[in-house]
Amino acid sequence: MDFATLLQMLDATLRLATPLLLACLAGLYSERAGIFDIGLEGKMLAAAFLSAAIAAVSGSVWLGLLAGIGASMILSAVHGLASITFRGNQLISGVAINFLAAGLTVVIAQSWFAQGGRTPQLTGDARFNPIQLPLAETLQDVPILGPIYYELISGHTILVYVALLMVPLTWWILFRTRFGLRLRAVGENPAAVDTAGVSVIWLRFAAVGICGILCGIAGAYLATALQAGFVKDMSAGRGFIALAALIFAKWRPWYALYACLLFGFLQAMSLRSDVIEGVVGFQVNGQFLDVLPYILTVVILAGFVGKAIPPRAGGEPYVKER
Amino acid sequence: MSDVAPAIELKGISKAFGPVQANKDISIRVMPGTIHGIIGENGAGKSTLMSILYGFYKADAGEIFISGRKTAIPDSQAAIAAGIGMVFQHFKLVENFTVLENVILGAEDSGLLRPSLSRARRELKNLAEEYELNVDPDALIEEVGVGMQQRVEILKALYRKADILILDEPTGVLTPAEADHLFRILENLKREGKTIILITHKLREIMEITDTVSVMRRGEMTATVKTSETSPPELAELMVGRKVLLRVDKVPAQIGRKILEVKDLNVTDDKGVHRLKGVSFDVHAGEILGIAGVAGNGQSELLEVLGGYERATGLVKINGEEIDLTGAKSDGQSRRARGISHVPEDRQREGLIMDFHAWENTAFGYHHDAEYQRSKLFMNNAAIRKDTEEKMARFDVRPPDPTLEAKSFSGGNQQKIVLAREIEQNPDLLLIGQPTRGVDIGAIEFIHQQIVALRDQGKAILLVSVELEEILSLSDRIAVMFDGKIMGERMPDKTDEKELGLLMAGMTTEPRGLLHEAVEAQLAHAGGDAGKEV
Repeated sequence: MDFATLLQMLDATLRLATPLLLACLAGLYSERAGIFDIGLEGKMLAAAFLSAAIAAVSGSVWLGLLAGIGASMILSAVHGLASITFRGNQLISGVAINFLAAGLTVVIAQSWFAQGGRTPQLTGDARFNPIQLPLAETLQDVPILGPIYYELISGHTILVYVALLMVPLTWWILFRTRFGLRLRAVGENPAAVDTAGVSVIWLRFAAVGICGILCGIAGAYLATALQAGFVKDMSAGRGFIALAALIFAKWRPWYALYACLLFGFLQAMSLRSDVIEGVVGFQVNGQFLDVLPYILTVVILAGFVGKAIPPRAGGEPYVKER
Repeated sequence: MSDVAPAIELKGISKAFGPVQANKDISIRVMPGTIHGIIGENGAGKSTLMSILYGFYKADAGEIFISGRKTAIPDSQAAIAAGIGMVFQHFKLVENFTVLENVILGAEDSGLLRPSLSRARRELKNLAEEYELNVDPDALIEEVGVGMQQRVEILKALYRKADILILDEPTGVLTPAEADHLFRILENLKREGKTIILITHKLREIMEITDTVSVMRRGEMTATVKTSETSPPELAELMVGRKVLLRVDKVPAQIGRKILEVKDLNVTDDKGVHRLKGVSFDVHAGEILGIAGVAGNGQSELLEVLGGYERATGLVKINGEEIDLTGAKSDGQSRRARGISHVPEDRQREGLIMDFHAWENTAFGYHHDAEYQRSKLFMNNAAIRKDTEEKMARFDVRPPDPTLEAKSFSGGNQQKIVLAREIEQNPDLLLIGQPTRGVDIGAIEFIHQQIVALRDQGKAILLVSVELEEILSLSDRIAVMFDGKIMGERMPDKTDEKELGLLMAGMTTEPRGLLHEAVEAQLAHAGGDAGKEV
């Protein structure tokens, strides 16, 4: 495998890791506040559909992004209402959201566009296009660093950079701000937050809201940046992979980045079975490469990667003790 | 004195939870700079009253005055603003946060943490010097002992400028030395003009530290008296509504043959922590062996091993025959077959299934007994119900209705159901953990009598309790556990709480003399942190 191929692989890794990372950080906010969210998948899917639909109709990808975030936020609000206000079961609410999104997106897509549950192909300003970072062209010929800058770092859509910037930002919010301290506390021991005179309900809704925004961006990225339009079930389990990555990352932002890059790399590998064959020396079944990320997910969830301790109050609705 | 407004005045407070009237028209005045005790049985409404004062519940009726001003306390925020701080029975701390982070949580100065943390660090240093409230600001809560956790709770309140401090059953989790340290802190706080409300069910604490005391019974305030003008028997009578025997009446033990022999018992838990370290002892027929110790020093594991649901290495003999400690047959069933009955420490999790009926609960563990079977396939529910009814009558379970769910009985009556089930099996050995935890005084008296009666029938009893008073009054012999080891055995009439307290903190008290005094002086100096640091 030559240097250029490696760079291409890593470039693809970054592109494929972006939706995972956004969804993973979304889950991080929610679960750190004690609200388990297996509805990441559904929220991404809903956001993917609505962003593509609005972008197709309006011709503006930014309107599409806003619509995607809106769709995801609505589902977040449902999850919040069910699991915070009405103290319902967080898993069931999440499952319901996944089913709802899987069905509704296709039905609405069909009734709006009549293209078999898809949205029209997005072109031009209806998509997020790669942006060339300054001097990328000029520096292209500098040995080693030039191609790295040109191939790998430059030439992504804005959302890729947003996702990467979210990592340090999330770390800073969680560990350096008052909001972060309270958010972490409410996921560990909501009674401590309550007796300290801070609203548990408000904090948890804030966390679920942030989760909705990030899932919305992730979904919009799928339909308007990674692909050019919405197709049925296009989130393809990424919400669940993001959850596995979150566990792998032990609910920490920087680890989340590494975990998502790993999953992204596995997905990139399945796109380039020719490269894999060149490295290992025999033909690898393409379908095997396709399922690798999912196998790793199962391995992680089965707890083969050391003990991950979830936030202690996670999954439990908060009820004042008598 | 008369022109000083009370720090707290409650007028006509009432609160109902559904049909249960938790507080009925309660009025109380607490003068500033005093320690006011509130005593009452479990469920008397003490905690509800204080939760209303701290804004956790809203009263149905009544008024609250703080320093003479009428104050509405709709939530905890308002209580904190009114200068009220509360130390709950179950600490409200975030386990994987540092002490400092717990102190500032909810009382941060600004959006960024750094300035708040450094201010809190300075503040904590001052408070530590002023009140003997020593804590390590950077330690994680889960890694410090309960004594320090409690000091963090007090510091949280003081950091929020509380003038009134409410403590709910503060000594339940402390060693005697730690409790003494707490009382010294409370005295210091009082000297600085703070007002303290101490909720407890321990008469001794009321007598030792309070200036005035209010007694609650079934949601009502039955009396408020000066502590110096009352006595424990009088308070007990006010609490229960009848005369109560505070001391356990028992004849000298008639020690018989050896029933239980334990040699070099070792337990390592899932996390690889060594929970029991070579524990050895015997229990004889007609004898109560009391195991004293602060919770979490291996007593629970000891009961679990003997009860058959924890694996161990070592030797255990019952009636001279060895018990299998690790094999597939090592379970509760096989233990019961050998004449061991077990009243577990946590009756709500291990002793009962809370959503099941009383009659189902009294059959658990013995549901294979022939008398409970109708045929090979079906159980004889009618027989179980009838049996339960009789047991409930004999053990004075109220209400005596076998079809009620376990959770609808009070703590004391739940315990009586478990006791009835285990004692009536006529065991050779009774294991009993925390027999009176969360049980009211009237029921305590009854349960103690049952235990002593079983002993007098020539049964062996292994009693585990964190209540030193209970150990001292019931046991014929006392073993003290610390850190998975037995620190020593004492006879109840030849020891006292002080000596046992030192053993519970991991200090050997022999030989008495210079060393003993030195240790004690050090203990006092270290601020009673013996349980953790020594």
